[in-house]
Amino acid sequence: MSVLQDPRWAEALAHLPDYLGSHVRVSLAALALGLLVSLPLAIVSRRRPLLRTTLLGFASVVQTVPGLALLALFYPLLLALAALSLSWFGTGFSAFGFLPAVLALALYSMLPVLRNTITGLDGIDPVLIEAAQGVGMTPRQSLLMVELPLALPVMMAGIRTAAVWVIGTATLSTPIGQTSLGNYIFAGLQTQNWVLVLFGCAAAAVLALAVDQLLALIERGLTQRSRLRIAAGSLGLVALLAATLAPSLAQPGTRYVVGAKTFTEQYVLSALIAQRLRDAGLSVTSREGLGSSVIYDALAAGDIDVYVDYSGTLWANQFHHKEIKPRAELLAELTAELARSNVTLLGELGFANAYALVMPRARAEALGIHSIADLAQHASTLSIAGDYEFFSRPEWAGLRAAYGLAFRSQRTLQPDFMYAAVASGEVDVIAGYTSDGLIAKYDLVVLDDPKQAIPPYDAVVLIAPRRADDAALRAALTPLLGRIDIAAMREANLRAAGGDGATTPDAVARWLWQRIAPR
Amino acid sequence: MTGDMPLIAFEHVEKSFDGGGDGRSVRAVNDVSFAVAKGELLVIVGGSGSGKTTLLRLANRLITADRGVIRIEGEDISGSDPVALRRRIGTVFQSGALFPHLSVAGNIGITPKLLGWSKAAVAARVDELLALVQLDAAQYRDRFPHELSGGQRQRVGVARALAAKPAIVLMDEPFGALDPLTRDALGAQFRALHDRLGLTTMMITHDITEALLLADRIAVMREGRILAQGTPADLAGSDDGYVNDMLQTPRRQAARLQALLPRGAA
Repeated sequence: MSVLQDPRWAEALAHLPDYLGSHVRVSLAALALGLLVSLPLAIVSRRRPLLRTTLLGFASVVQTVPGLALLALFYPLLLALAALSLSWFGTGFSAFGFLPAVLALALYSMLPVLRNTITGLDGIDPVLIEAAQGVGMTPRQSLLMVELPLALPVMMAGIRTAAVWVIGTATLSTPIGQTSLGNYIFAGLQTQNWVLVLFGCAAAAVLALAVDQLLALIERGLTQRSRLRIAAGSLGLVALLAATLAPSLAQPGTRYVVGAKTFTEQYVLSALIAQRLRDAGLSVTSREGLGSSVIYDALAAGDIDVYVDYSGTLWANQFHHKEIKPRAELLAELTAELARSNVTLLGELGFANAYALVMPRARAEALGIHSIADLAQHASTLSIAGDYEFFSRPEWAGLRAAYGLAFRSQRTLQPDFMYAAVASGEVDVIAGYTSDGLIAKYDLVVLDDPKQAIPPYDAVVLIAPRRADDAALRAALTPLLGRIDIAAMREANLRAAGGDGATTPDAVARWLWQRIAPR
Repeated sequence: MTGDMPLIAFEHVEKSFDGGGDGRSVRAVNDVSFAVAKGELLVIVGGSGSGKTTLLRLANRLITADRGVIRIEGEDISGSDPVALRRRIGTVFQSGALFPHLSVAGNIGITPKLLGWSKAAVAARVDELLALVQLDAAQYRDRFPHELSGGQRQRVGVARALAAKPAIVLMDEPFGALDPLTRDALGAQFRALHDRLGLTTMMITHDITEALLLADRIAVMREGRILAQGTPADLAGSDDGYVNDMLQTPRRQAARLQALLPRGAA
């Protein structure tokens, strides 16, 4: 009863038409492309042992690449291709979202289709192939009229496997910007909202099961030559596709896309921006869980319209500056630099979310550590943990160089687990975020940075080139500028990570607006 | 064209296959010459490995000869389109070899369909052929091969071979897998069809009794060569030991059966 009344279910359901529709669209396109490539390849390779071995080997190797890595690989690949295409033909294409997801998933679907088509064709009684020749069929007629129809049940089994794999793996396309049922899972994981994670898993599983059973019905119909079964299975599939695709096709075309990176604060801020735009009567959709470098490129390419980034991140990662400047100077230069790429820096929100080295207050006091300089003397006996990107970011290299830091061990953790890990003593130091509410909750202390090795990280609102002159967008977002101080953001983050029923990013964003809204 | 031109003629035909794995090739057909006159039923008899099936596959160019000439209706087939050739020759395969995914009507109508006949013409021909092989059209037309008995399957196999009204029929051990009663009945019925339709037939079998009962002429094959050919009466006078042995077999069996079965009971 109380579980069902949990408001998070209602929020999850509200996103279902969008997420499910996108998930089905990307899965369907990937499967269609996979079949279009695999079927002719399997047919061509059936009497060419070398080609067949090569193909099956390649498809097997692709299968061993983790799904997330395969999806991630296609993004830089397409980015390079898009740049080439832009310089050669004058037209680029989006390397973000749909296209890389479809290509990677299509590649993923190839093995079962290839293997089963080849096995199916191989399994045909040679007497029947000779009979096909004997009654006067050309090789092509023999293939179309005898061999393929006889191999079809085995081929269908392969297509079924491929469909289930693609639907399952499509949940991983969220981080490269393709909306899918994975949005529930990634958002839920980031905000420790297990209801969302569960909902996403269940939705993907139900979809995969439904498609699998309908294809199984068609497969049985083919084996038993039952037209009724084939028709029922096909009708069911068409109905399922129509029901899932119709709502997303019916949505209006001109929509503002709000982006968010992969951590709690970003989910709250993108929800806040989306609410402001909706209140201004604009149509909004969200692309959440995007990687740090993906999200800027997506904005520059116009795949998303607005998101919140941090000055230091842009400075070091996007524009590759090594030197660190004072806050105001850095912001001014950054604004000018962004303008050269036609990206608008609308303004600062009012708080900074810097990386900071954080450890339990009691432990720090016991060791007499107040600053990173103090820490450096103990580092060789301590372990450090950071988020997925921290150790490959230039700030980490800068910190180590400035203070001569050398830890006993370092490991990577999911951001929201880091604080619990350091509080429980599982690691000694973490690279946390200054705006994180968990710092206060777990009684942690932020170590001073006397050499200013960590750049300033003011939260800034970025607007895509194509929306640069959009007065409605600017008017809706201007009331946020300069109004969110560090205390407000910390409390919002703490609430969002709280994990009780009232703390969806949407609910926290509403609370935050209540607190900062001009009266 | 003279009236006595053979419809099938093999002239000094040879065919070898890679075999054994020791790199040597096996000569499956060795300097074979024979002819089948119009309206004649020639049965080629031989044990397994004698090369008799290779002869059949050569005749409709499923394989090509290494040496020698094969003529169908007077024309050297090495220069003709194999697909067109096969469409004007009817072939009956061992145990039917019906297409399992096609109905009886679909199997029988396949060659006419490939030749571009209209749907109505194909359907009419299917019913006509079912009557010819003594299957009730209404009952069997839409059945699938797995729903038929062995004998019914081979009847459909014969009907499929005759569908495009070929002058020549090739049969590869057509009744070999059937029970003795069905086999006897089907053999006799085919012989009657052969005479009624004026077919020219080349049949392969390992069973000398079947050959003697059905053939106008018999060719005995062993190790790639034709040892003797002629009418049953001609062969009875052969001086080849193997041929003689083979011809004696049915007689010996008949004598033993005579002794085993009391006269009134059989």
